Amino acid sequence: MPFLDAVRLALQQIRVQKLKSFFTLLGVTIGVMFLIAVVSVVNGMGRYVERDFAGKFLGVNTFHLRKRPDVGGDYSEDEWKRMQQRPPITVEDAYAVRDGLPRTARWAIQDQRWGSPTTRYAKGGPQVLIEAATPGLFAVKDLVVRRGRAFGDQEAAIGASVAVIGQEVADLYFPGVDPIGREVLVDREPFQVIGVLEKQGTVFGFSLDRQIIAPFPSPMYRATRSRDNGLYGVVVQGANAAEQASLQENVREIMRRRHKLRPGAPDDFTLESSETALAQWLALKRYLVLAGIALPAIGLVVGAIVIMNIMLVAVAERTREIGVRKSLGARRRDILGQFLAESTALSVAGAALGVALGVALAAVVRAATPLPTEVALWSVLVSVGLGAGVGIVAGVYPASRAARLDPIVALRSE
Amino acid sequence: MTPAAEEALGITAERRAVVSTTGGAPDGQWVIVTRGLKREYDMGGEIVRALRGVDLAIARNEYVAIMGPSGSGKSTLMNVIGCLDTPNAGEYWLNGTLVSRMSDDALAAVRNREIGFVFQTFNLLPRSTALQNVELPLVYAGVSATERRRRATEALERVQLGQRIGHRPNELSGGQRQRVAIARALVNNPAILLADEPTGNLDSQTSEEIMRVFEGLADQGQTVVMVTHEPDIAAHARRVVVLRDGLIASDESQAQFAARLAAPVA
Repeated sequence: MPFLDAVRLALQQIRVQKLKSFFTLLGVTIGVMFLIAVVSVVNGMGRYVERDFAGKFLGVNTFHLRKRPDVGGDYSEDEWKRMQQRPPITVEDAYAVRDGLPRTARWAIQDQRWGSPTTRYAKGGPQVLIEAATPGLFAVKDLVVRRGRAFGDQEAAIGASVAVIGQEVADLYFPGVDPIGREVLVDREPFQVIGVLEKQGTVFGFSLDRQIIAPFPSPMYRATRSRDNGLYGVVVQGANAAEQASLQENVREIMRRRHKLRPGAPDDFTLESSETALAQWLALKRYLVLAGIALPAIGLVVGAIVIMNIMLVAVAERTREIGVRKSLGARRRDILGQFLAESTALSVAGAALGVALGVALAAVVRAATPLPTEVALWSVLVSVGLGAGVGIVAGVYPASRAARLDPIVALRSE
Repeated sequence: MTPAAEEALGITAERRAVVSTTGGAPDGQWVIVTRGLKREYDMGGEIVRALRGVDLAIARNEYVAIMGPSGSGKSTLMNVIGCLDTPNAGEYWLNGTLVSRMSDDALAAVRNREIGFVFQTFNLLPRSTALQNVELPLVYAGVSATERRRRATEALERVQLGQRIGHRPNELSGGQRQRVAIARALVNNPAILLADEPTGNLDSQTSEEIMRVFEGLADQGQTVVMVTHEPDIAAHARRVVVLRDGLIASDESQAQFAARLAAPVA
């Protein structure tokens, strides 16, 4: 029997028994739905982490010298306490690092804490990131000033009370007015706004547009200064990944010397790069991928068993029909093909439904949670392929039983 | 059996010649030739000998009824003639081809090409229209969709159902269903139309109507073989073969058969 006739027959069978078909498909549908959804989360997160988080938030080919890790990680309480005991990263350390770096390397001091600025134009607003940084930060973080200008070395050298603000700070604290040239107060200290940054968006629900950057040193340093006088961090950027790695060793050397660490003693500071953050992401990704395989696999196995059962019932119910078809000249492969096409069509229909639901689920996750999902085309293709595979595997046994039926016996059945 | 005894059973010299020749294809006028056909079943250790050596020759354009009480082997003979079953011994030549030793799939192709079945219970596919039912043999013959439609419509017109091609079986009367089944049996222009108790599920008036359809087809030159246990149905055929205990008990013209029926039991 031509393939198209077999498929047409199968679809007709599905149409006639909509509800039964739906329940038959449930396993495959759920399996595929999870596959699409989990892959879309992994895919979306991966892009986000690799491009936005590592790039925008931490900077490309950069690493941070800190007292202890900032991006988080898997540390016990003891380890965390021990890291609290470490000596602070001082301003002197920062300049020593700068002086020890080759000319090609970029460097910046970045001190920060959360705070509430005030202006004459707004009653208040959300907390923003208050930063005191050397001018190099703009280049390292690839911060683009959309309006006005960034501050330069001279303003940093004299500790000028100027500030560059993020887009959201401009919108929220200067509603309806041009912030350039106007005043923003941090801890009652006034800063003149000289630039507004280009909109950067959010990373994991954290807005990169809520920041105020003033020169280091400037009165802002008083606002950001921590109790132990330590800096939040020193940022170093290499031209590429290889240079970044060698710069890390460079800085490690300088810091170990300054802290007079014996050979073999562990570092009492942290060099945190985008790879550190990526490593954590990769660990998480492993679990997600595992879930992304296990959940659909369960669904597909259940789906295959259900389809096999339904097909066995169909063969039993339609024994007479099989006998009639055989008496009219259907060969074994015609009957085999008919039932295989039916189980495959069922399963592919289930997979198609699963793709639709999976895409919808991914959209819901994107809308309702900070998880940035992105449906991968390959997962759709794999799903349809898996659907067809499940249908064929589940259909082989029932279909071969149907094909082997003795026409005389089949014709006699009720 | 002596020639005289055979003569009494209505076996002509011509038929005797064609069934007694061993190992050769019968010439073109013979649609069905069986030589020493045997079929045995193993029913849980007990051997049932359903056919014990049937020699039968049916020529083109004949209209033959096969009769016999239940257990006589007539269903088995029909299955073998219809290529649904294969004999344990003996030869079966269908339309010049030896089919008694063919594989299942080869037999399926022969059924598709040479045999049109009409069943007691119609055996139409309930969810398909009359047209789709009639198209079915053509689907397995690999005929294109448009050609299928044309030929199936033509076959339905031959049985006066041209106006009902879109109806499903449950929208048709019993007689109409059987006519759809006849159209389906005819659509491939088979060598034989093989009917198994075709009126068994019909009232007497509808039975007459269906028998007239068969008569009309026989008049047009269609070879018809009908299996029945009802003498008045068999009386429509032009030749009546009676089986008993797996052997041919008599093989005579309709007139001989009718005369024998009318005669007092000896």
